[in-house]
Amino acid sequence: MVPSFNSEPATKTESLTIDLSRNVKSRKRKDFFFAMFGLMSLLFALITLLALFMDLAMTGVPRINMAFFSEFPSRFADKAGILSAWVGTFAVMMTTAFCAIPVGIAAGIYLEEYAPKNMITRLIELNIINLAGVPSITFGLMALGLFVYKLNLGQSILTAGMTLGLLVLPIIIVTTREAIRTIPNVIREASYGLGASHWQTIQHHILPYSSGGILTGVIIALSRAIGETAPLVTIGALTFIAFLPTSPFTGEFPFLSFKWLGDSFTVMPIQMFNWISRPQSEFHVNAAATGVVLLLMTLVMNGIAIYIRYRFRRKMNW
Amino acid sequence: MADLSVFTSASHPVRRWRRIKDKIIESILFLAAASSVLVTVGIIYILVSESLPFFKQVSFVEFITDSEWTPMFSEPKFGIRPLVTGTFMATFIALLVAIPLGTITAAYLSEYVKPHIREMLKPILELLAAVPSVVYGYFALLFVTPILQKFIPDLGGFSILSAGIVMGIMIIPYISSLSEDAMRSVPKHLREASAALGSSKFQTTFKVVIPSAFSGISSAYILGISRALGETMVVAIAAGMQPNLSFNPIEPASTITAFIVQVSLGDLPHGSIGFQSIYVAGLTLLVMTLTFNILGMWIRNRFQEKE
Repeated sequence: MVPSFNSEPATKTESLTIDLSRNVKSRKRKDFFFAMFGLMSLLFALITLLALFMDLAMTGVPRINMAFFSEFPSRFADKAGILSAWVGTFAVMMTTAFCAIPVGIAAGIYLEEYAPKNMITRLIELNIINLAGVPSITFGLMALGLFVYKLNLGQSILTAGMTLGLLVLPIIIVTTREAIRTIPNVIREASYGLGASHWQTIQHHILPYSSGGILTGVIIALSRAIGETAPLVTIGALTFIAFLPTSPFTGEFPFLSFKWLGDSFTVMPIQMFNWISRPQSEFHVNAAATGVVLLLMTLVMNGIAIYIRYRFRRKMNW
Repeated sequence: MADLSVFTSASHPVRRWRRIKDKIIESILFLAAASSVLVTVGIIYILVSESLPFFKQVSFVEFITDSEWTPMFSEPKFGIRPLVTGTFMATFIALLVAIPLGTITAAYLSEYVKPHIREMLKPILELLAAVPSVVYGYFALLFVTPILQKFIPDLGGFSILSAGIVMGIMIIPYISSLSEDAMRSVPKHLREASAALGSSKFQTTFKVVIPSAFSGISSAYILGISRALGETMVVAIAAGMQPNLSFNPIEPASTITAFIVQVSLGDLPHGSIGFQSIYVAGLTLLVMTLTFNILGMWIRNRFQEKE
């Protein structure tokens, strides 16, 4: 036997093991580096979020006091407040909720429970997906042309509420549908089995069981509407308003008045935009303070929505 | 024995009334669903009808070829190109930030992070999308721009660069959330097969998961593009609102949306050419975003048919 004959395959296996272990090592390294990279890009996003909060809070929080909420905007930065802005935001939100919630939920119920599979249904569904992707400023242009100039509603709280209502309608429709879809068919079958009609089934079973999901959608939609600025700038919300809308309560019968719907208004994001656009840095402090209030409102609303979603997911065990 | 069948028969008044009520309710619900179509019709009708008089005064050729957009000057020029360039520049910069970060975050969340931690991180990441855009505008103008100025001394107070970067951060969650959903819906047996062949997690992620989720990921990108095209307040605040046909990101520029805001802040009389010009700009924007929306839908549908 020739020794060299034997030794050749031996070195091959050896080099193969070395290659393999090197390969495994380099792949493990790549794995590790990618995990680090992923963590870093996640952290980048979160740290930016944190930086935004901190920057806003450090500039804005010292400015926030009772007077800031109870004063009208002013030429003097240190005397200006956001009274008309938060009252306006509140009034516009009420109108938005009143316009969007019933229509959105009704549309969601129809599409999930009644809609036959045909062209019209498909058209409506496609349209809702597309509508969700239309830039918000386009809604503002539509509202300016339709509500302000064609229907003569003026640059009013009503116009603003309806504009934002239409804007968030797709959000409510989509979340309502998702909430209804999670209810298993056995519930419907049990209800029909006891002789309930279609609407009774929806009214007594489908709606109560999906209310958590629907509520989540409504809150998300309203928190989106609170921060929306562009469509309201387009319909001509004013940036300087030193009066409040007409009070909804009156001394005589019927004690409620809807005159405030026709009043002009400003909202917090517009007030903030106005203050940022000024060259003097004292106004930037006011803008930051308004931003803190706005951000807190959105975050609290989103937090509630996340909590409700979490609670309902745990509670429901079909 | 009394005949009870009268109560259960379909013609019993209680049952008939219930049937009628059901029909009425169904029609009301249908009207609510159909109203969303009316909104679209309303948008298109208003944008087109307000834009038509504009094209009676300005020729379409001038509109797409002229290199200046100065509708408010005494000798107005109506070339949409500076605004379209600005819009695309801002979108491009935003995507340079959002696509890599969003995709890597999505891959990390979907393949590397334990499910219960992921469920906690996702809502936090989605808060990025919940922050009002006017707050992002503030952030871009008064936080990001000063930081960038340390690296780029030539950078002025307003630039498309800082607006684009902040817009990119803003749309990270749109991209990461949808891409993550797409990656997670890749069947588990594909990952197992890849692992059985000896692939590492990194190889599985890049050679199996991302390619199989590709159409889902690309429709997330397209959603990101259409968000960035339509984003208004960040560019209106931080980019300077000066229509500028330049590809230099450190110069101020204007976008279609910022122009609409700028004009809306002044008072232009209804019916003047300046007023019509915002509808023309809005129509251009709508056509651009609709194209991307439809493209995204088409990609998604093709993907679903294959499965």
